[in-house]
Amino acid sequence: MTFRGTPKGPGAGSMQALYAQLLVGLINGSFYALLSLGLAVIFGMLNIINFAHGALYMMGAFVAYFLLNLGGINYWWALLLAPIIVGIFGMILERTMLKFLTGLDHLYGLLLTFGIALIVQGVFQNYFGSSGLPYAIPDQLKGGMNLGFMFLPIYRGWVVVFSLVVCLATWFLIEKTQLGAYLRAATENPTLVRAFGINVPRMITLTYGLGVGLAALAGVLSAPINQVRPLMGADLIIVVFAVVVIGGMGSIMGSIITGFALGVIEGLTKYFYPEASNTVVFVLMVLVLLVKPTGLTGRAA
Amino acid sequence: MPDTAIAEAPAKAATGGNILQVRNLEAWYGESHILHGINFDVNAGEVVTLLGRNGAGKTTTLKSIMGIIGKRTGSVKFNNQEIIRATSDKIARMGIAFCPEERGIFSSLDVRENLMLPPVVRAGGLPLEQIFDLFPNLKERLNSQGTKLSGGEQQMLAIARILRTGASFLMLDEPTEGLAPVIIQQIGHTIARLKKEGFTILLVEQNFRFASTVADRYYVVEHGKIIDGFSNSELAANMDKLHTYLGV
Repeated sequence: MTFRGTPKGPGAGSMQALYAQLLVGLINGSFYALLSLGLAVIFGMLNIINFAHGALYMMGAFVAYFLLNLGGINYWWALLLAPIIVGIFGMILERTMLKFLTGLDHLYGLLLTFGIALIVQGVFQNYFGSSGLPYAIPDQLKGGMNLGFMFLPIYRGWVVVFSLVVCLATWFLIEKTQLGAYLRAATENPTLVRAFGINVPRMITLTYGLGVGLAALAGVLSAPINQVRPLMGADLIIVVFAVVVIGGMGSIMGSIITGFALGVIEGLTKYFYPEASNTVVFVLMVLVLLVKPTGLTGRAA
Repeated sequence: MPDTAIAEAPAKAATGGNILQVRNLEAWYGESHILHGINFDVNAGEVVTLLGRNGAGKTTTLKSIMGIIGKRTGSVKFNNQEIIRATSDKIARMGIAFCPEERGIFSSLDVRENLMLPPVVRAGGLPLEQIFDLFPNLKERLNSQGTKLSGGEQQMLAIARILRTGASFLMLDEPTEGLAPVIIQQIGHTIARLKKEGFTILLVEQNFRFASTVADRYYVVEHGKIIDGFSNSELAANMDKLHTYLGV
């Protein structure tokens, strides 16, 4: 369930409401971007469509919840620790299961990760039910700012800015550093990169950890906004897959831009034609697939 | 700094000992048995060429040494260390560099990234200025996308990037394939110069006219076996046999 905003507040239909929906769109866009970025990174390197992504996003939020309620570890540490903990969980999945899918049809990876998602979600549902657990906004980010044209809750502004920074940092890592060059090269020709002396299997494991870590980070960011629920990822991931299809699998900048853009488009639709706001992403997906089957920025999958 | 590598060269070459020893090497692609017991040696500082028809097993021999053929048996010793069971990343780190037949230039990387991609595995690789001295074209095209280069430039880039790494044993798979005569000549000069700098080179070639300008010794591969071997000085005497082997 994505954040729906408050379309019927005072001033609905006014400019204020438009800005409010834009902000909601940007926040949803932040989650779309972080999640589709992770999917793109994983698909590029492992050639696996990671259906477990939503469950791992949910795990990120739950780890933050546990850290706070069992360990007294605050939000700021959770931002760092939850992606690491869930990332390690992801790397164990890769080492023990996903790595055996190398060279097989996409369908196998899809079925395996979908199964993992169902198991993980089932386990959490068993212990926590389907209702949400509260996670408080950290003190430093409580309250809001009056920007003159609209009221900006600080936490929401923080989510947008922080997600953007993380997305751009990931883009920089992959497109502009030596490590990223290894990654891009190994996406093209893993055998040759390995014959140059790079431990490609280890790099694949770390890449999966990175993609999963991004999902967990999105989960932590979303915890104070959407509550912590076992199915929070299952609801969101459907839209994220539509975003990935529109942006094109495997393109880093493409998935970032598409993520934010579709969040905004969704927000605007909520303002101008609320009835279509849940379907606009899928309508766009169909249109893009008709015109450019590889997605806006993608290569053939 | 270019002088240091040149100064070291005679020392490297002078050791002259056995650097690669291949014994009874067999290899499979899935079910098909490609190599049926390959035996040969390469000494330090030599240029050794594997000749043979298409499909004889030359490329598979290089790939088996490099560890990128799934199933292989027998013995491959590099500097007296057994590497038949090592993974290709470990083999590369021992100082063997491979330039594949299809060149393997990465299209999502620019020329600079392609050049800097292989990690340095030990000291003693050629410094960049010396590499640009060998391949001046590359210096001008550093920011081009890898696959925008001409075939000759791609081949140069594929050779250039393995010179940086400090690997002293180079395996070049048909570096002249599909290139214009003037470029082939340039590649020949490069190989001769690399030999002078102390590199040991194992070359796969179909073009033995080209090979004869750079090689010290030849092995002829047929049906996954070495069926003959001779030195460059014996080439003239073996010409008739060679024509039969290669069917030219």
